[in-house]
Formats: sequence, C-alpha cells, structure tokens
Amino acid sequence: MNITQILFWFLSVLAIVGAAGVVGSKNPVYSVLWLIVVFFAISGHYILMNAQFLAIVNIIVYAGAIMVLFLFVIMLMNLNADAEPAKNMNLKMAGTIAGMCLMLVFVAALSRSDEMNRVSQMNGGDIGLIGYLGKVLFNDYVIPFEISSVLFLSAMVGAVVIGKKE
Amino acid sequence: MFLTIDWTIILEKFVLIVVVVMGSLIIAMYATWGERKVAAILQDRRGPNRAGPAGIFQPLADGLKLFFKEEIIPNFSSKFLFILGPCLAMLTAIMIGAVVPWGNKLHLFNRDMSLQIADINIGILFVFGVVSMGVYGIMIGGWASNNKFSLFGALRAASQIISYELPMGLALIALLMVTGTLSLKAMVGGQMDHIWNIFKQPLGFLIFLVCAFAECNRTPFDLAEAENELVGGYHTEYSSMKLGFYLFAEYINMFLSSAVMVSLFFGGYDIPFFNDAALIDKLGLNWVTIIQGGVLFIKIVCFLIFFMWVRWTIPRFRYDQLMNLGWKILIPLAIFNMLLTGALVLLKQNHWHF
Repeated sequence: MNITQILFWFLSVLAIVGAAGVVGSKNPVYSVLWLIVVFFAISGHYILMNAQFLAIVNIIVYAGAIMVLFLFVIMLMNLNADAEPAKNMNLKMAGTIAGMCLMLVFVAALSRSDEMNRVSQMNGGDIGLIGYLGKVLFNDYVIPFEISSVLFLSAMVGAVVIGKKE
Repeated sequence: MFLTIDWTIILEKFVLIVVVVMGSLIIAMYATWGERKVAAILQDRRGPNRAGPAGIFQPLADGLKLFFKEEIIPNFSSKFLFILGPCLAMLTAIMIGAVVPWGNKLHLFNRDMSLQIADINIGILFVFGVVSMGVYGIMIGGWASNNKFSLFGALRAASQIISYELPMGLALIALLMVTGTLSLKAMVGGQMDHIWNIFKQPLGFLIFLVCAFAECNRTPFDLAEAENELVGGYHTEYSSMKLGFYLFAEYINMFLSSAVMVSLFFGGYDIPFFNDAALIDKLGLNWVTIIQGGVLFIKIVCFLIFFMWVRWTIPRFRYDQLMNLGWKILIPLAIFNMLLTGALVLLKQNHWHF
C-alpha cells in the first residue's frame, strides 16, 4: 500500500460517511456541514488525479460560496426541531427503497460499461493543470464555453429582475 | 502492510510546517503587543509597559489571563459547533502559510531544502479557497451561540467576506495576466532583479489591499464586531481561550495576508537594490537565503504597521457604505483594470502595433 492508495481509501470512506451524514442528520445545519465534508473528500480525489484546478474550483465555488448561501438561508429560516413536521415512517421506507433501486440501476449500468475497465491515472499527467485546461477551453471548446457564459449572464439578469422592487 | 513512503521528505516538510506555524503564532502574538504600542503612540499614551521592559511580556500575560478565565458554553447552544467555530477560524488562518514562499532554499545535509511548504500549481487559488473557508469559522460560531446579536455579526461578517472576495479575485486576474503564472514561487521569481509587480499593477494592488482589509475584518471594515450596534459581534458569547482563538486568528490572518501581498506585489524575498544571483556567488546560498528571509520579514512588518496605522486613523464604515464600496466602486474598478491590463498585454505581444 503506498501513500496514494491510503489517501484514496481514506477519502472514499470520508465521502461516503459524509454523504450518509447529509441524509441522516436531523438538523439541517449539520446536513450542510456534512455536505461540505463530502465536497472536500471529492476535491481530494481530484487532487489524487492531479486535477488541481478542478479541485480548488470545487472548493471555492461549491464549498466556499454555494454552501455559505445554503447556511445563510437555513440560519435565517430559524428551523426549530418542534417546528418540523413529523415524518411518516412509511414515507421514509419508500424513500430508502427508491434510493436503493436508483443505486442498483447505477451499479448495473456502470458494471457493463467500458469505463470500468479503464484505470484512472493516479498522481500524474498534466491534463488537469490550469495551463493545459485553459488552452483546451479557449482553443477547442471556445464556442460552448462562451455560450455557457451567456447562460450565466442571463441567469444573473433574471435574478436582478426578480429581486428588484416594484 | 508495507508502506512505501519517502520518509526524508515527510520529515523535512514536517519540520518546515512546525517552524512556519510556530512562527506565525509568535508573530501574531507580538502583533497584539505591536498594535497596542502603535495605538498608544498615535493617541499619545505609553501603552503596555508593566510586564518586562517596554511591556515585552505583555502577550504572554494576556495569553495566561485568557487561559485562566472561566470557559462558558451557553446552555442552548449546540456544543460541538460552538467549539468547532474558533477551531475552524484558527485552522483556516494558519493554512494560508502553506503556499507562501518564505525564502529561496537552504542547502543542508547535502540536500536542497525549499523554504516553501508546498509549491502547488494552483498557488494563489489555494489562498482563495482557504479564505472562502474562513467564513465558516465565523458563521458556525455565530449561529451556535444561539444569540441574535452573534448571528447578526456572523451574517454581516460572512456577507462582507463573500462580497469582497469578488473584487479581490478580479484584481488578481489582472496580475495573473502580467505574471502568467499562479504559483507564488514563480511570481516571486519573476520579480527577482526585475521591477516589482506593484509598478505594473498599481490599481490592482490598491483594490487588493482594500479587499485584504475587509477579508481580515479589520477597521475600517470591522462591522462584524461593531460594539455599539451588536454588543460584541459574532463572538459575544465566547469566553476564555475560545475568544482568544477568534482574536488571535485575526492577527494571524493579518500577518499571512501581509505575506501574500508582499509575495504578489513587493517582490517577496527579493532583496531590493541588490542582484541576488550575484550575492549568492559572493556569500553562498545559505547566507543569502537567511538575508532574504530577513528582508521578507521586514517587508511584512511594514505591512503590519500599516494595518495598525489605518486601524487607529480611519473610523468604521456604515454597513451600506461598505456594500456600496464593494459592489459599486471596487468591482467596476477591478473590471476596468482587468480590461486595461488585457489590452496592454495584447499590445505588448503585438510589439506596440494595433
């Protein structure tokens, strides 16, 4: 076992425990904090594959910005334990079974695909580094990239229009 | 289970990490003393002068006092998060030191030892990631206190930090266009024996400086703990060393943001008016590295004094003024700076022809 494998197993366990914590926590604030743990674990996986830019963008954008907004909303909504409606036991069972079915479908679909036979390249390759990524984005994929930025702009304009006072 | 690990590099990095963390803590400790002395000088007082000559042991006395105070955890708070808050604030403050190049390299025991903990490809983006994590320490602490004033302070601090990250990033993009790299080590290397980036990016530096003040929650932007409106801000309910951690994290943030600013704009460990490469031939690598470390330290101390000077000179902003400054002045200014820099870089590549 070398250090990459140790880190891989550690991060995988962390991600799964975190994901279970997101679903299992009673208090939504704890759910958000578990979700941040999951994002960190996934960023760690990106770093293991030497995709440093993706890892740090994942942390800055998702863990740093979007989750802070989640926390803002949850803290200001003042969710108390007694204010929360008691959940139906049958509903919980149904949710669990549905989730398991979804996982089964995913596993079945992935086990047949060619992707499973490909081993990801660990700890090497510069595909994930920012210089390479920038060249690819602005040479080969410049039109999709620009179109997605227009999408962001329209979303921003929409948010401003909705948020504006009459 | 057989572990194949290169132990020497782990040992080397471990020693470096311990030195950097301890150094940050000690410097932050003496920054509190410095702050009180600067305040005293500006207000025509003496400042701390009882513990040791010129009050030099004052930080130790303060630390002891904080340790011996009663630790209070409010009854209706979530205990785990209440303790996690200051820990996170401290952790994120210290982590920035990992990418700052503290010097060139030392030649010890027949191997070159780089004085940077991690020279990662994403360099400065790591700093941004850590800074955006710093919000959680404040938010979790404020929320877990179960106190309206704490929550207000936390929300103010968080929205302030998020707002000022934007102009900071935009100002940095212009700098990255000039330097062409994200690694702090490469940036310092590019400024060695050339002109410093401050002369290439004066407007970018000004925006970055203002944002750094806001990110550190320093006056004039310390609205998160505005005593006259919010009792004590997000740390109202904290006592003992947990409060000490929050206050201390501010000083570590100040020290490390000074280090980042020096590395980005003021040549890092570059010795001004001397050719460093020629000095290495004359004095040997190790001595030059030590001098460079000293020069970096002097530059950082100048920044720290500037931080304190501003604190005792400029009054606190109002909250709407703070948001107006961030969103309506700094962001357009940063975008303008970015466009101007982009145009100039393109012109230069084209040998000054349109």
